[in-house]
Amino acid sequence: MLEISNLIKRYGEDEPVLKGLDLAVEGNSVIAIVGASGAGKSTLLRCINRLVEPTSGSIKLNGTEIVNLRHRDLRRVRRKIGMVFQGFNLIDRLTVMENVLAGRLGYVSLFQAVTRRYPAADIERAFVLMERVGIAQYANKRADELSGGERQRVGVVRALMQEPEVLLADEPTASLDPRTSEQIMVLLQSLASELSLPVLINIHNVAQARSYTDRIVGLRHGTMIFDGTPGDFDKEALDAIYGGIEAPEDDTAPPSSSGEREKEAPHDAT
Amino acid sequence: MTRPEPGDTAPARTWRKPPLIANPMLRYGLLALLAAYLMWALATLPFNWERIGEGLPRAARIFGGGFPPNFSRFDLLLTGFTESLQIAILATLLGVLLSIPFAVMAARNIAPLPVYLLGRAVIIISRSFHPVIVAILFVAAVGFGPLAGILTLTLYSIGFVGKLLAEEIEEIDWGQVEAMRATGAGYLATLYYAVFPQILPRQVGLSMYQLDSNLRASAVVGIVGAGGIGSTLMNAFGRYDYDFAFAILLVIIAVILVSEGVSGWVRKQIW
Repeated sequence: MLEISNLIKRYGEDEPVLKGLDLAVEGNSVIAIVGASGAGKSTLLRCINRLVEPTSGSIKLNGTEIVNLRHRDLRRVRRKIGMVFQGFNLIDRLTVMENVLAGRLGYVSLFQAVTRRYPAADIERAFVLMERVGIAQYANKRADELSGGERQRVGVVRALMQEPEVLLADEPTASLDPRTSEQIMVLLQSLASELSLPVLINIHNVAQARSYTDRIVGLRHGTMIFDGTPGDFDKEALDAIYGGIEAPEDDTAPPSSSGEREKEAPHDAT
Repeated sequence: MTRPEPGDTAPARTWRKPPLIANPMLRYGLLALLAAYLMWALATLPFNWERIGEGLPRAARIFGGGFPPNFSRFDLLLTGFTESLQIAILATLLGVLLSIPFAVMAARNIAPLPVYLLGRAVIIISRSFHPVIVAILFVAAVGFGPLAGILTLTLYSIGFVGKLLAEEIEEIDWGQVEAMRATGAGYLATLYYAVFPQILPRQVGLSMYQLDSNLRASAVVGIVGAGGIGSTLMNAFGRYDYDFAFAILLVIIAVILVSEGVSGWVRKQIW
């Protein structure tokens, strides 16, 4: 169970990116977070595993407060939070297996990590998960030799190696072709129910958000303006999230250019 | 569209590259100033034409004495070179190994500010003096011989490799670091997994280049007493053995040509 309450993040003295966000996620639900670029989706996910420091508020994972953890405690809670990235963020020069085992870095000692002497159970788990997503035959290939879809599977397996209690996916399909991105969404959806894992997915593709998730959260300028089932997510909600209302910080900008930029967002949403 | 024929009725348009300095006063003024400076410098520097006149035959005698190069004391030459090679290899190994922690310290994106300043300071200090000056200091400190040479070139390697490696670290793909942090990895594990693989090719290339460069520099620092072939060369000059000195110079050129070829080939293989 992940509980976020009154989360605020501001960079320097600028307008806050997140303005007092509340969100509770439980069970094995798949949640899509939609919103235009700059709405704060990425910042929200990165606050949860503290790749970005929240300014204030509270984030609790299964009762543990994450916001003020430091050093060792922070690393301990991070290994319970798996993350999948838009650009995969694999270690290109290492093999697929090494990338997958890197998901255990929070558990093994530095010596084990450097000499690649991972516990047998970890290696077994790695093979099981790689077979599950269909990349086991690439175990000894260099990560940069794989195609985009395969690389993202490596990314997913790496996150699952952590035995996470929640999975964060930051636009996991944005660098993939339409077909591969469908496959990754199916994979995330079925893994969520198999492992009874809550999954938070930042996504631009509203059609995919509708068909592969149980709940949609809409962000606009750092505030939640929609929270409901895909069935409730209608044209009105879409307009509210991506629509042509000017950004409050943009009122000095000429309306024409700002309007065009806003209109571009829903293109990939159809 | 018809192709324009040469010799058509319309006059050909001309174009000339615009001058670098647009203002003609400034342009010619600078030229005049440069000419005046050259005249002044030539007139005031103490060129002793008599001495130069005397020196020319002497130079001719030295070069004449160098022909034909004398390889008869080959074992002396070999001893000198083995020592130079040992100095270069040891200094490269030590320098490259030590440059890694200093490079990490001197990379702004992964080191906290005080550590960064310390790392930068070490690198700047080891880069601020030419190896010959450092060698003079070390010879004074630890005496004549190869130890002074090794210390000198190690310091030189730390400065050079450390600086370039630090710049390489500052340009890595940050996403990989984020991914490792997200797994709960500690600082050192993140370094080993997300940073080192990204700088590895550069590191190997720099090490090869540094070996090459240390080999050359080991001949030079030998001249001030830091061991190796440089010392042999200096002794040969001191005893007016110009033919032997010339033989040494030829072998130095040959060795450097070979090492350059090898290091270039290795770098191409691992890139």
